[in-house]
Amino acid sequence: MSMTKLIVKNAFRHTLRVLLTIVGISVAVVAFGMLRTVVTAWNSGVAASSPNRLIVRQAVSFIFPLPYAYKEKIAGIPGVSTVSWLNWFGGTYIDKDQFFARQGCDPETLLSLYPEYKLTSNEISAFKTDRSACIVGIETAKRYGLKIGDIMNMEGDIYPGSWQFTVKGIYTPRSKTDDATQMFFHWEYLNERMKQDDPTRADQVGYYVVKINDPSRSAEISQKIDQLFKNSAAETKTETEGQFQQGFVSSSGAIIGAINIMSYLIIGIILLVLCNTMIMTSRERTREYAVLKSLGFTGGHLFAFIAGEALTISMLGAGIGIALLIPIVQGFESFLPRGWFPVFIIETSTYILAGSSALIVGVIAAIIPLYRALTMKIVDGLRFTG
Amino acid sequence: MSALISISHLTKTYKREKQEITVLNDVSIDIEQGDFVALMGPSGSGKTTLLNIIAGIDRPTQGEVMIAGTNIGVLTETELAKWRSRHIGFIFQFYNLIPVLTAFENVELPLMLTPLSKSERRRQVELALSVVGLSDRMDHYPRQLSGGQEQRVAIARAIASDPDIFVADEPTGDLDRVSAEEILTLLERLNKEFGKTIVMVTHDPSAANRARIIHHLEKGDLIPQGQS
Repeated sequence: MSMTKLIVKNAFRHTLRVLLTIVGISVAVVAFGMLRTVVTAWNSGVAASSPNRLIVRQAVSFIFPLPYAYKEKIAGIPGVSTVSWLNWFGGTYIDKDQFFARQGCDPETLLSLYPEYKLTSNEISAFKTDRSACIVGIETAKRYGLKIGDIMNMEGDIYPGSWQFTVKGIYTPRSKTDDATQMFFHWEYLNERMKQDDPTRADQVGYYVVKINDPSRSAEISQKIDQLFKNSAAETKTETEGQFQQGFVSSSGAIIGAINIMSYLIIGIILLVLCNTMIMTSRERTREYAVLKSLGFTGGHLFAFIAGEALTISMLGAGIGIALLIPIVQGFESFLPRGWFPVFIIETSTYILAGSSALIVGVIAAIIPLYRALTMKIVDGLRFTG
Repeated sequence: MSALISISHLTKTYKREKQEITVLNDVSIDIEQGDFVALMGPSGSGKTTLLNIIAGIDRPTQGEVMIAGTNIGVLTETELAKWRSRHIGFIFQFYNLIPVLTAFENVELPLMLTPLSKSERRRQVELALSVVGLSDRMDHYPRQLSGGQEQRVAIARAIASDPDIFVADEPTGDLDRVSAEEILTLLERLNKEFGKTIVMVTHDPSAANRARIIHHLEKGDLIPQGQS
């Protein structure tokens, strides 16, 4: 018989009690993982943002456009290496429930600003040369079964009318946290149509994306850009991409904060569940610990028995919880409206946090029983009747 | 030749709230190698406390306890634990077997503290269980055994590591007459055939009569009664 066998036999002495404890820990780990995944998904835009990209938008509101003429002026500011622009299109693809981001862009500069979107050189040149071309993220392509050469028909709302785009490229994200659901098409295609249909809306862009050489100068360059357009009809607000994304998230900051707190409260619940089990267990075994001590087992042995038992239970619970988390998150995502969270994945840090929390909980849950076992006099333990 | 167990001027006091209670009062006793000693006396006379001190699971307030040349009163807790594992075999009134372990595993417990290999441990456990006549009950759990069989497993556990001294606290106190006789016969065998030193606390005069020396304690004082 080995120490491990003894620990496992002891851990499963009260089968129902320990199974309920393991189930409790598993459920808590699933809940923790789910909440962390929601928070991660919420913050994915911020996490994926680049420190050397600035967003220049209309100072009053993001929904108001900026003149296309700003491009050259922004490009002239020292420290700016590339200026690109994007234009939110909206529109309906298939029906109103089918949501994914659709934006007009400058194909010449887009991919140098967003190297996280991977395309083949053939796809890039095909995208650049056809004015009605578009590129879509692989997740969107999979969702609608899109392939190169397919036509995407859209009904415009912000920009009314029927629109047709030809898929010339399907981009794959550099990492799992990059958005693989977006669609980009030529801003020029949109602008030409506006010149014909509604000239007052021509030569306007949604917002500029500015690449800077030195991220440490972002504040200074942002200030210079905004200064340039001060007192104009369209004043600008420039901020880093991270701050821009944070602006969207911060409107839900209280909810995210509450979810964050709840996720850590769940760790506390795991701790209480396991502490309760371990304290009951150790109390029932007071006499056995005394017998083990009388046979010559030392404090180190008791530490191994008690901590080993607590860790066996907590790590089993964590293991089952983590194993269940993957299908549960996938199931949860399928219930969410499509495109609600462009990135809805369990981050490695969530697994590590769940596993290490269970480990720490196991150690903490062993402290009180261990203290009692170590400080107990053998003669008192042998007299213990429960 | 010096005694295996030599206790001189042993006093043990407990503090209960503000009151100090003397349980053993200046007790001196020598027990030779191979003796079978019974400690008798009314409840509260200090016999179990004396047994516990000899076994190294309680410490004297004053006095010296020399066992096989070692003053166990000065050992640290860890040293004392190691000393117990080598020198003392415990037999308790309520057997104190671990319920989730089989008879074999219970007997193997003290051997986990030795450097013996798995196969050596197996041989030792099988030998111990055969000495107590339970070779056919190795895979039984305590709940599947009678009280007498449980106590025999406890004795096998005590003899497995081949200690010098056996301490038995009311070993027949929870058993019927027949089982009690079997256990006492077993203890006699350990003493006579294997030369083991046994110190046994008992209330039962017939159990005490199986010992070769009987000591009486009363209110913490040792009163020598004679030899059988």
